[in-house]
Amino acid sequence: MNNDNAIFTTHDLAVGYRNGKNTVTLLNGLNLTLNAGRLVALLGQNGAGKSTLLRALTCDERPLQGSIMAGGKNLLEMSQKDRSRLIGLVSTERIQAGALTVTELVGLGRQPHTGFLGRLDDEDREIVHQSMVDAGIIGKAGEYMASLSDGERQKAMIARALAQQTPIIILDEPTAFLDVASRIETMRLLQTLAHDRGKAVLLSSHDISQSLMLADQLWLITTDRQVLTGTPADLIKSGAMDHLFENRSIHFNPQILDYSF
Amino acid sequence: MTYRRYAVTLIVLTLLLALLALACLVFGSVDIPVGKLVDILAGKGSGNKAWDVIILQSRIPMIATAALAGAALSISGLLLQTTFNNPLAGPSILGVSSGAGLGVAIVILAMGGSLGGLLGENVGSYLAILVGALLGAAVVLIVLIAFSAIVRSNTMLLIIGILVSYLTSSVVQLLNSVATEEGVHNYVAWGFGNFSGVSTAQMPVYASIIILALIGSLLMVKPLNALLLGARYARNLGINVSRTRNILLLITGILTAVVTAFCGPIGFIGLVVPHIARMSLGTSNHARLVPATILAGADIALLCALASVSNPHGIIPINAITPVIGVPIIMYIILNRRRIQYFN
Repeated sequence: MNNDNAIFTTHDLAVGYRNGKNTVTLLNGLNLTLNAGRLVALLGQNGAGKSTLLRALTCDERPLQGSIMAGGKNLLEMSQKDRSRLIGLVSTERIQAGALTVTELVGLGRQPHTGFLGRLDDEDREIVHQSMVDAGIIGKAGEYMASLSDGERQKAMIARALAQQTPIIILDEPTAFLDVASRIETMRLLQTLAHDRGKAVLLSSHDISQSLMLADQLWLITTDRQVLTGTPADLIKSGAMDHLFENRSIHFNPQILDYSF
Repeated sequence: MTYRRYAVTLIVLTLLLALLALACLVFGSVDIPVGKLVDILAGKGSGNKAWDVIILQSRIPMIATAALAGAALSISGLLLQTTFNNPLAGPSILGVSSGAGLGVAIVILAMGGSLGGLLGENVGSYLAILVGALLGAAVVLIVLIAFSAIVRSNTMLLIIGILVSYLTSSVVQLLNSVATEEGVHNYVAWGFGNFSGVSTAQMPVYASIIILALIGSLLMVKPLNALLLGARYARNLGINVSRTRNILLLITGILTAVVTAFCGPIGFIGLVVPHIARMSLGTSNHARLVPATILAGADIALLCALASVSNPHGIIPINAITPVIGVPIIMYIILNRRRIQYFN
């Protein structure tokens, strides 16, 4: 892997959760790298720790051990404000923003850059406009979020992350509630953002074949709690794809880039 | 949303405020000719000492008290709705008002008095009552924060608020059982809600606390908007979520406590007005919602004050009026929640 344009690295990272006095470690010894201009898909079965890992990377949950370096600094020791200029987030959480227009919602992405009252100046408004153009949601700029379809709403949330102008965008299952057409469209959009805009894009997904086709790199959480990284082609060749699910009756089929019985 | 709709809404709400204030000056249990009213306001006096006193020391303080109380409760409701991500939250339904009321009752008892004599002219005593109200509201807010971390369901949090109200009212009744008969009577009267409880001497304290807290809420529009996206997105936008939530709840507690101490536990205004503001503006953007909520809250409270003096046989309690206005609006909102965009 070429590490010249690495903008985000983890060092001996361990993630999990604390359950009362017990600490449950899901993944440890992680040395992962995100590169500018690359689309990375994080795959793993349910409960493997995809969300936990992403929550640690976005500093929503403190990792059990290790550090996350970005721009020469440890993310965990940064202020919330500095982090908000490094990582943009798209998650599946329910939001209360139905009565905001798409433009207003995308405008919230400017918060790390605006003053105390969050007022947008002309430059901010231009960035908001461009973000909506880039995310392909400009046609709905004046519509309420409540009136959008799931796919359009996801585009608006991606536009919001774009308006944040962060070098890294992390998406927690961005295609989870979308139909096939919107799923493909969203993945293509993320690929464009990585390749044409130079963003480091990391997303978790259940959509194996989409990820294999469109991602530049995969992070596979295997059943024995290892994280294998590499290009889709390399990982398929090495047989790593057969360690993704516990269920022995399904096998990875390279012909269809998906699992079959 | 269009700026035009925002401007028109603010202008209408402001005109309404002026109109209602004027109506509250003119109408009351004593008829005072409008010409004389103008003389009194101009500082010339009407020649009738009683009329001068009624206008200057009763109606004007009542108008100021009501307008500020309405604004304060409505902002409390808005901040609670956004903080707890719950459109049906409000200071009375979540028990914040009853907590403040309990604080009031405890302080009065601890000071050796009856539950009556609320907010006398003695500065020390009413400041102690204010502190009691604040602590009572704070305890309830802390309970709500703790429960909101455990129960994720919005409905459950509302039920917990209602349970807290029951608990505080039962404690107040226990306190009443050791209070004097006069004290109980006064406490019951306080519970009816009343905008005439702030004297001209107390007005500076009452008004300045509320105005400062309202300004505080205006300064929080940026994190409030971030919270519309939930805690995780807000954090990603650089907001310190727990600190923001504490500040918002502190403002809520102060506003609710001051109003409750002076005017009694007033229901529905805090719950309903943010919805009126959202629906008339067509947005949940707090930069516009906060000013509109302040104005609409003042309007609704003045409307209630006007209704309370409309009865020729005596004053109607405020808490008999607020449900008449509030319940139909809440029912409308619940019935139309799929159509109202901020529920989606």
